[in-house]
Amino acid sequence: MADNRLIEEMAREIRIDIVKQVYFAGSGHPGGSLSAADILAALYFGEMDIDPENPRMAGRDRFVLSKGHAAPALYAALAERGFFPKGELWSLRSLGAMLQGHPCAKTTPGVDMSTGSLGQGFSASVGMALASRLDGGGRVYALLGDGELEEGIVWEAAMSAGHYRLDNLCAVVDWNGLQIDGRNDDVMTVAPIDEKFRAFGWNTAMADGHSIADLLGAFGKARGTKGRPTAVIAKTVKGKGVSFMEGEAGWHGKAPSEDEAKRALTELGGAL
Amino acid sequence: MADMIATRQAYGEFLVEKGRSMGNLVVMDADLSKSTMTHGFSKEFPDRFFNMGISEQNMYGAAAGLALSGKVVCASTFAMFASGRAFEVVRNSIGYTGANVKICATHAGITVGEDGASHQTFEDIALMRMIPGMRVLNPSDSVSAKKLLGQAVDAEGPFYVRLGRAAVPVIYGEGADIRIGTSNCLREGSDFTVIATGLMTAAALDAADALRERGVSVRVIDMHTIKPLDGEAVERAARETKGLVTAEEHSVIGGLGGAVAEHLAARCPARIAFVGQRDCFGESGKPSELLRKYSMTAEDIVAAVAGLSA
Repeated sequence: MADNRLIEEMAREIRIDIVKQVYFAGSGHPGGSLSAADILAALYFGEMDIDPENPRMAGRDRFVLSKGHAAPALYAALAERGFFPKGELWSLRSLGAMLQGHPCAKTTPGVDMSTGSLGQGFSASVGMALASRLDGGGRVYALLGDGELEEGIVWEAAMSAGHYRLDNLCAVVDWNGLQIDGRNDDVMTVAPIDEKFRAFGWNTAMADGHSIADLLGAFGKARGTKGRPTAVIAKTVKGKGVSFMEGEAGWHGKAPSEDEAKRALTELGGAL
Repeated sequence: MADMIATRQAYGEFLVEKGRSMGNLVVMDADLSKSTMTHGFSKEFPDRFFNMGISEQNMYGAAAGLALSGKVVCASTFAMFASGRAFEVVRNSIGYTGANVKICATHAGITVGEDGASHQTFEDIALMRMIPGMRVLNPSDSVSAKKLLGQAVDAEGPFYVRLGRAAVPVIYGEGADIRIGTSNCLREGSDFTVIATGLMTAAALDAADALRERGVSVRVIDMHTIKPLDGEAVERAARETKGLVTAEEHSVIGGLGGAVAEHLAARCPARIAFVGQRDCFGESGKPSELLRKYSMTAEDIVAAVAGLSA
């Protein structure tokens, strides 16, 4: 596995790709994609057993982007990992493109579940973990948003994963504290997240969602936990890496202007 | 007198039989396994049965995950909750992905009986047939139920299979040729055609008998597959007879009647009368009483045919 410095470098590349994708698309969700960049880098370049040459490899680890609107982050990770050419990224959201506004398992190599309607991906990940246990397959990772936790199906899924003791399942919560209409605490309180998961029979681990070492450590602990699924609650900053997007709910679902994109890319060490 | 067997009973037997030869068949339920009849499978194949508790949305989401991992999944609950409560999960996680999930929904229609309106769904066929790629089956008896279930499980992709609570007459012999995407013409007739589905098929046969005594020749078609609709049989009936009656234990809006009308409107406009639930909720009562009160009996089919002749 790559050392942490290389994974951090991949996270920076993913952030550059995110800004460019959303800029070229003219729409999309930069805030929650940027907050998840380090999580995806840690999973795709450090943690998961996958093969870009054989996306449907039997026994592979699976990833479900339950917060499907962070598609640009997933697409960037898949492209950087070699699942498809990076050129595909620049036609995100355009007619006839492979990369849909939200992940589509039918069209995109490396995408195991179509998502976009919040909470459903988490349920699918429970089913994948059940199947994987029957077959002696790989681990299953699901990335959820904090606002997503307001969906009732999330807790149905959490309850069933706890009941079936799915220790091959790891949920990661991108806890950036913001959703479309503002702070979680103002829109609908989701805290305490860790206590909720524990009450549903889960092991929990807190992590700095922007520290590769912290994330990989949490994934390692999850792998070592038997008899219970693990929720990694990753504290993040929405819009992380682009100063004027950080901590701003307004950047949840808005594309940058050309000037804004250039400023963002300069900060990230990239260019249009 | 024909044997009386509920289609859900046939489903339970089918699962156990199929489970023996099909190692990747997985069955799910939402705390209704003794009613949906999945409990037989759960006893014989406990490793491949998942009771998801009272959480239909999560069950269908998890079913998608199992199916996208190579399992063939039959996931059951009452039709009301499978099609209604879980609709958007079925649409997005199963329909959009084309997941190999068979939604085997029992207790459809008014013959749920005493449980009343909250549990009697007349919307499920309409909801399910709107989902692209979702095939919709509504077997009329236990024999056709088993044959259609077998084909659905062997076919790739999503199905909605509508099953009933009440015991219904066995119409078919074991050797009957029943195939998804076709219909079965059970009575030839030249004056009118009744296109029926589910338990209304038996009622349609009774209606045809009654009308024959009055000198009216009625063709009876069992439209066990609502989607893809056997449009050819529908068109032929429209051309060869003077009018059609559709008969279903479902709303007259959006179900079999809707599908037949949509098909004919552009190709071969015909007079159609619709027998089914008339845009209202049900209530508690015995199944036979409810079918009578809500106009879904052989007599109602006879009256509809009479209306077309007038």
